[in-house]
Amino acid sequence: MFHLRSLILGTCAAALMAGGAAAKSDITVAMQLEPPHLDPTSAAAGAIDSVLYSNVFEGLTRFMGDGSVVPGLAKSWEISEDGLTYLFHLQDNVTFHDGTTMDANDVKFSLDRINAQDSANAQKALFSAISEVNVIDPTTVEIKLSAPNGNMLFNLAWGDAVIVAPESISNIKQLPIGTGAFKFTSWTQGDNIMIEKNPNYWGAPAALDMATFKFISDPTAAFASVMAEDVDVFVGFPAPENLPQFDADPRFQVLVGSTEGETILAMNNKQAPFDNVQVREAVAHAINRQAIIDGAMFGYGTPIGTHFAPHNPAYVDETAISAFDPEKSKALLAEAGFPDGFETTLDLPPPSYARRGGEIIAAQLADVGIKAKINNVEWAQWLETVFKGKNFGLTIVSHTEPMDIGVYANPDYYFQYNNPDFQALMTKLNATTDEDMRTQMLGEAQHIISQDYVNGYLFQLAALGVAKAGVQGLWTNAPTQATDLTGVSWAE
Amino acid sequence: MNRNLILGAALTGVFILAALVSFIWTPFDHTAMDIPNKLQGIGGEHILGTDHFGRDILSMIMVGARTSIAVALVAVGIGMGLGIPLGLWAAARRGSLVDEIIMRGNDLIFAFPSLVIAILITAIFGASAINAIIAIGIFNIPVFARITRGAALSLWEREFILAARVAGKSAARISVEHILPNVTNLLIVQSTIQFSLGILAEAGLSYVGLGAQPPTPSWGRMLADAQTLVSIAPHMALIPGFAIILTVLGLNLMGDGLRDYLDPRLRVTRV
Repeated sequence: MFHLRSLILGTCAAALMAGGAAAKSDITVAMQLEPPHLDPTSAAAGAIDSVLYSNVFEGLTRFMGDGSVVPGLAKSWEISEDGLTYLFHLQDNVTFHDGTTMDANDVKFSLDRINAQDSANAQKALFSAISEVNVIDPTTVEIKLSAPNGNMLFNLAWGDAVIVAPESISNIKQLPIGTGAFKFTSWTQGDNIMIEKNPNYWGAPAALDMATFKFISDPTAAFASVMAEDVDVFVGFPAPENLPQFDADPRFQVLVGSTEGETILAMNNKQAPFDNVQVREAVAHAINRQAIIDGAMFGYGTPIGTHFAPHNPAYVDETAISAFDPEKSKALLAEAGFPDGFETTLDLPPPSYARRGGEIIAAQLADVGIKAKINNVEWAQWLETVFKGKNFGLTIVSHTEPMDIGVYANPDYYFQYNNPDFQALMTKLNATTDEDMRTQMLGEAQHIISQDYVNGYLFQLAALGVAKAGVQGLWTNAPTQATDLTGVSWAE
Repeated sequence: MNRNLILGAALTGVFILAALVSFIWTPFDHTAMDIPNKLQGIGGEHILGTDHFGRDILSMIMVGARTSIAVALVAVGIGMGLGIPLGLWAAARRGSLVDEIIMRGNDLIFAFPSLVIAILITAIFGASAINAIIAIGIFNIPVFARITRGAALSLWEREFILAARVAGKSAARISVEHILPNVTNLLIVQSTIQFSLGILAEAGLSYVGLGAQPPTPSWGRMLADAQTLVSIAPHMALIPGFAIILTVLGLNLMGDGLRDYLDPRLRVTRV
C-alpha cells in the first residue's frame, strides 16, 4: 500500500516537473513521401531534399524561405566582367559530419561529379555551362563557364548541387554525410528518418537537439496523426478540406504559402488531336480554374495562365488568354474538325490535386463534347508510361521545380512541345545576366507558351502545412523542396 | 409468406426500383458538378445533400444502385452459368477423373482469398466495372458447383432417377430433366446470398479504386471519397454506407425467407 502511494506521488511529481521544464528540444515532422534513398545529387525525387536540404547538406549558395538566394558554404564571390569566371570564397573551419574538413577540393569534386560522363544528377542541364572548376587555395574556388549564365548562383542553390565529400560518397545513399546544422542519425525504412544537432556546425547552431521525419502517405491517417498530436508538424498536408478544422483549433496553426508547383493539364503536343493548336485552345477554354481550385483544393491555390509562379517578380498574368468560355471552346472544336468532340484519356497520378481535379476537368471537358476517359495510375506507372513513354493524351501534374519554364525548350520533354522560336529565346535568356533584360525575356517566354496553348494551365499549388501552436520558424512558402529546420524552435 | 421474406423483398425491391427509375429519371444529373453548392447537408433542395463536387447524392445513389446491381447480377450469372453445369457433370460422373478435376479445381479457387484475387485481376487487366464483374464472377463458380453437386449426388440415389436410367435416358438428359428442377430451390436461395456478397465485393473493389471508374457512380467509391470529409460532411459517408447495409440486409433476409418458403419440410411443419 505504502509502495503504491509513493509510486503515485512520484509519478505525479515527475509529470509536474516535465510540464514545468524548459521548452521541448525535439520535433516530429510528418510528410507524405519517403525518399527512395538519401543522395540528393543523384535523383530527381523531391522527397530527398524535403528531408536533407539545408538540414544535412549545404551548397555554395542556398535558398531562404522567401525564395531569395543567399551565401551558403561560399561566404562571398566575385564575377568577372564577361560573366565567365566565378571566384567563390568559402567559409573557414567547415567540417563534414564525419570530422573531415570541407575545402575547395570537395567543391571541385562535387561539381565535377555533376558533369561527369556517368553522372546520375537529375539537373545536369543546370550546370552544363561549367567548363572547369579550379582549386586556387583551400578556401577559394574558381568556376569557369563556357557561356555566360545569368542563373548560375540560383542553380548552385539547388539541392542537386550540394557539397559532398569523396570520402563518404560510396555510402551516401544510406549514410548521408554533409556539412549542415544537423547530422543524420538513422533511417527506419518505411517509417522514419532521424537527425540530430551537429555540435561542430560552422554557422549559427540549430535550436533543436533532434528531429524525426515520419512518412504518412494516406490522407486519412495524416489527419488522424495530427489530431492525435502524434506529430508536431505536417508539411505538404494532403487533405486541404481538413485545414479549416485545424485553423479553428487553438492547439494548431495552419501555414498556407505558395510553392513552385505549377499544376497543369498537360497535353501530348505530338499526338493527334492535340497536335492541332485549335484543339488545345478549345481544351484551355473549356477549363474553369476557380471551380477546380474550389472543388479539388478547397480554395487553396492561385489561378495561373502560363507556366510561371505568380509570386515571382517576372510573372505575367496570362489567365485572360485562356479564360473559361465553353461556347468558344465548342466553336473551336467545330473549326478544328471535331463538331461532336472526340475521345481521349486522362491519366491521373495519386495526389488529390490530380485525382479530384481530374474528375472536375473530365466533367468540364464533357460539357464541350470531349470525352476524357479517366485512368488512375500510381507514380511508378505514371513515370513509365506518361513521363518516359510519352504515351498519353491528357494528364494532370504539378511541376514543383523552381523556374522551370526552360523545360518547354526541350522537344523531348513528355508533352513534346517543339517551337524553335521559344528554344532560341531560352538560349538567349540563359546567356543574359542583365536583370531587366531577363525579366522582359521571361515575360515573352510566358506569353509564347500561353499563346500556343501548350498545356492547360490550372493553378499554383499552395504549400499547406499544419503545426502545433508552439512551433516557430518554419518555412511558409516552399521556394524549393525543403523542410529547413535550422531556424525552427519551440516557443517558451 | 413469412416476415423475413416480405421485409427482405421490400428492401431489395426499393433498390431495384431506384436503379430502374434512374434510367429514365433522377432528381438531378448525377454527373453535374455545382462546386459553389458543395457539401450541402440532408434536406433542402438536394434531399440527401451534395458531395464535395456539389453533385446530388440521391441521384448518385440511384445510379450507383445500377452499378452495384449490374455487377452483382452478371457476376452471379457467371457463377451459375458455369458452376451449375460443372456441378451437374461432376455429380453425374461421381468418383471419376472428371469429378476429381472439377472438385479439386473448386478447392483451388476456394483456397485463395477472394478479394485479394479480385484486386490482382483488376490490377493486371486494369480497373473497370467489367474486370470487377469477372473477378467476382470467378469466385461464384465453385460456390454453385459445390452446391449443385452436393444436392445432385443424393438425388442420383433416388428411385425416380433409377427409373429414368432404366428407361435409357443418358446421364446428361437426366441431369437436365430430373436433377436440375429438383435443385432449383436451393440455387435460388444461394443466388440471393451470392448477390449480396457480389454487392459487397463491388463496393470493396470500388473503395480501393479498382471497380467502376469515375464518372460512373459507385457506392464503394462514394465511401472512399467521403473518407477525409467524415468530420465535416458525415452524410457523404453515411448515405452510401446505409445503402450498402440495407441492400445486403434485404438480400440476406430475402434469402432466409426464401429458404423457409421453398423448403418442403419446413413448409409442412408450418402448416
